[in-house]
Amino acid sequence: METDQLIRTLTADNAHHARPVGLVLALALLAAAPVSVAMFVAGLGVRPDLMTAMHNPFFDLKFLVTLALAIPAIAIGLHLSRPEASLQGWAWLLLIPAGLLLIGIISEMMLPQRAPMMTRLVGSNSRLCMTAIPLMSLPLLAAALIGLRHGAPTRPAVTGAVAGLLSAGLAATLYASHCTDDSPLFVATWYSIATALVTAAGALAGSRLLRF
Amino acid sequence: MREGEDEWTGLMRSAISGDDAAYHRLLKAVTPVLRAAARRGLARAGQPVDQSEDIVQEILLAVHLKRHTWDANAPFAPWLFAIARNKLIDSLRRRGRRVFVNIDDFAEAIASEPAAETASASEVAAQLKSLPARQRDVLQSIAVDSASIKDTAAKFAISEGAVRVALHRGLASLTAKLREQ
Repeated sequence: METDQLIRTLTADNAHHARPVGLVLALALLAAAPVSVAMFVAGLGVRPDLMTAMHNPFFDLKFLVTLALAIPAIAIGLHLSRPEASLQGWAWLLLIPAGLLLIGIISEMMLPQRAPMMTRLVGSNSRLCMTAIPLMSLPLLAAALIGLRHGAPTRPAVTGAVAGLLSAGLAATLYASHCTDDSPLFVATWYSIATALVTAAGALAGSRLLRF
Repeated sequence: MREGEDEWTGLMRSAISGDDAAYHRLLKAVTPVLRAAARRGLARAGQPVDQSEDIVQEILLAVHLKRHTWDANAPFAPWLFAIARNKLIDSLRRRGRRVFVNIDDFAEAIASEPAAETASASEVAAQLKSLPARQRDVLQSIAVDSASIKDTAAKFAISEGAVRVALHRGLASLTAKLREQ
């Protein structure tokens, strides 16, 4: 086919307008969220002492940290869905959850504790944490990849990793309301491992699925 | 050169707001630049430069299908070159070479390529044959027979809307097939 013929054909299709990537991503995540929530309700459920726990600042901090991961990751993902985008000026956003955790760890150190440090770090739900977060993040990861595929990411593996971060952040937000381990040391250890697993899966899937 | 790029931005803005003539003019204007960069990339990778038109057509398809990711407040050239560079690297990789494409290839190409010849490539045409019948017929009619959407609708006794849908789906599946070949 001659290039001029192709150009004429593309021009004929100019009236077609694709939906913005942000909208497609939002719709995909909204469609996947009920699946993750259903997994949560069926398998875990909210912890029984929720009302008391809410008065514990370290319980609340868990949500702050997980949302401080998920929300910037959504913004970075959308940014990377543009072909000319680079991580420069955006990557620091991912330091926010790490900084919050660090503040939490230091605060906890300064307060008198009933349990020794290693006990708080190891907790009682580590295995569940490392299974539940990745499992609940899978529907969200699929949705994030579908949404970002609508864009034109020129760094598919990095963009996939960010999709992993955002889905792990959202899944961890759900999980945090079940888990009775509130120590920032526990969160920094086991939530991070779970998030790293999902991020690696996202990078792997992204490098295949996000090429355009 | 800078002026040319500013002109592209203006044309793309008009194109998005529905000006088909501006879109046509833009695609015609960027094609020689893309062609020069594709040739340079192929030459550097030790590949025959006569395959450059396949790459040009692939880039044009990607530009078309991903134009919603361009921010109308940003200049058009960096967006275009990012798409082109990505497609060029993919394409060279598929042809078995791993090469680094310098973004300057495109900037140089703007300055150095006056020739606006028309050229033909075989990959798009080959993949066209493997499309579903409706998409293939509509694309053939518009691309090869130069028919309008209206004429194409009349020819196949379908609505203009159906022609538009088949046209867009055809272009999208063509791009997917080229990527997976």
